[in-house]
Amino acid sequence: MSLLPNAAVLLGKELRTEFRSRELLTTTIVFILIVIVLFSFTFDPTSDESRRFAPGLLWLAFLFASSLMLQPCFLREQHNDTLSALRLSVSDPFAIFLAKLTANTLFLLLTELLLLPIFATMYNVPVLSVLHWLVLVFFLASLGISIAGTALSAISAQARMRELLLPLLMLPLLTPILVASTEVTKALFDRAPYVQWKGIGFLAVFDVVFLTALWLFGEYLLEE
Amino acid sequence: MTPPAFAPVGLRFENIDKRYGSLLALRKVSLAIAPGECVVFAGRNGSGKTTLLRVAARLVRPSKGTLSFPCEAHHDQAVAARPGFVAHATMVYDELTAEENLLLFARLQRVPQPEHRVDALLQEVGLSDRRASLVRTFSRGMRQRVAIARALLHEPAILLLDEPATGLDPQGVTWLTEAIRQLRDSGRTILMSLHGESEISSLGSRAVRLDAGSVVADTRTGATFRSILTFADA
Repeated sequence: MSLLPNAAVLLGKELRTEFRSRELLTTTIVFILIVIVLFSFTFDPTSDESRRFAPGLLWLAFLFASSLMLQPCFLREQHNDTLSALRLSVSDPFAIFLAKLTANTLFLLLTELLLLPIFATMYNVPVLSVLHWLVLVFFLASLGISIAGTALSAISAQARMRELLLPLLMLPLLTPILVASTEVTKALFDRAPYVQWKGIGFLAVFDVVFLTALWLFGEYLLEE
Repeated sequence: MTPPAFAPVGLRFENIDKRYGSLLALRKVSLAIAPGECVVFAGRNGSGKTTLLRVAARLVRPSKGTLSFPCEAHHDQAVAARPGFVAHATMVYDELTAEENLLLFARLQRVPQPEHRVDALLQEVGLSDRRASLVRTFSRGMRQRVAIARALLHEPAILLLDEPATGLDPQGVTWLTEAIRQLRDSGRTILMSLHGESEISSLGSRAVRLDAGSVVADTRTGATFRSILTFADA
């Protein structure tokens, strides 16, 4: 079994190149920050309004930012045809997806955790008492976004109008994640916070279903 | 170059078709290439040379027909069928150093003692002193050396070279010619696509001309060999 060792080597490459250039992280963090600040200045929400609207705003910002982050995922493998070199080198092409979706999940999660304190301060939402639940929701939603987004990035990278195609494919497909994570976050921001297990269960099932589909059919997405 | 650690392997294309939508890029290509042969593919742009090499590399799945890698019975077909591939694009990461690139691909291919193999290859392609430099700072010739080193990491028995001299200066072409000569003399099977007659084409033992995806000429003899490369009527 060379899947996991290959995926680990490729994950190392993804992390090294990103932390060397910091292109994706910087762009995504700045984008989400702009959205959060602009909404806060535009609506100047009260604490009650924040509890109702901020979860949706937060997840919309994460979703749009993730489409920025996921765009270059396979596009930059085309620059020097490095995708062909990877396909020639790995025995299981799923290793390529596994490394990329793990890297994307880590980048998204890092971005979300860095921006959470700023969001909490600007929208006056207490997050400390429910932080562990928030981290779970962030993880499950980021994983789902990364799995579907990485697959769609592989498809769109080979198409014409590739820059437009990814958000057009990704945003409708990820609407269930947006709705579920918003509902779970809203419950956690409530005056009497509670865990909405239905939403968490939905996110977990989404992740398992899409990961299985990618494992079964991912090879065909990389073919010329 | 390092002494070979591979078993001789040939290639057999049988009735290969490759269709991209309505475009038929390869039409009923049948070729048997013996182990150790050095075959030059010639033809105009769009004649199917690159597609045929990518089929041989198994990067492109044929729409019809079969590709096989005949080798002695006791050798592993899966290992035999992993050719080294050098294309127009360098197939290495600009944002990694030469050493990081080679180590990455060596580890993915499970090359034994990857650090030693990378050291040896960097030495062979003359890039030992630039091993820690990012590939994006390299000239085209130096990038091509990294590309060749990457293709040789797993000691492939078959080498596929798709217009390997593209963008090289005369010194680069001379270096590449010598490198390919040594690889050919080590017993590897080499398939390369070229534009016209050159120093590199003189290394070939067989020339195949493609036109509109079909093999239209195939020879090992002098005068016809040259005419195939220069696109004169064969």
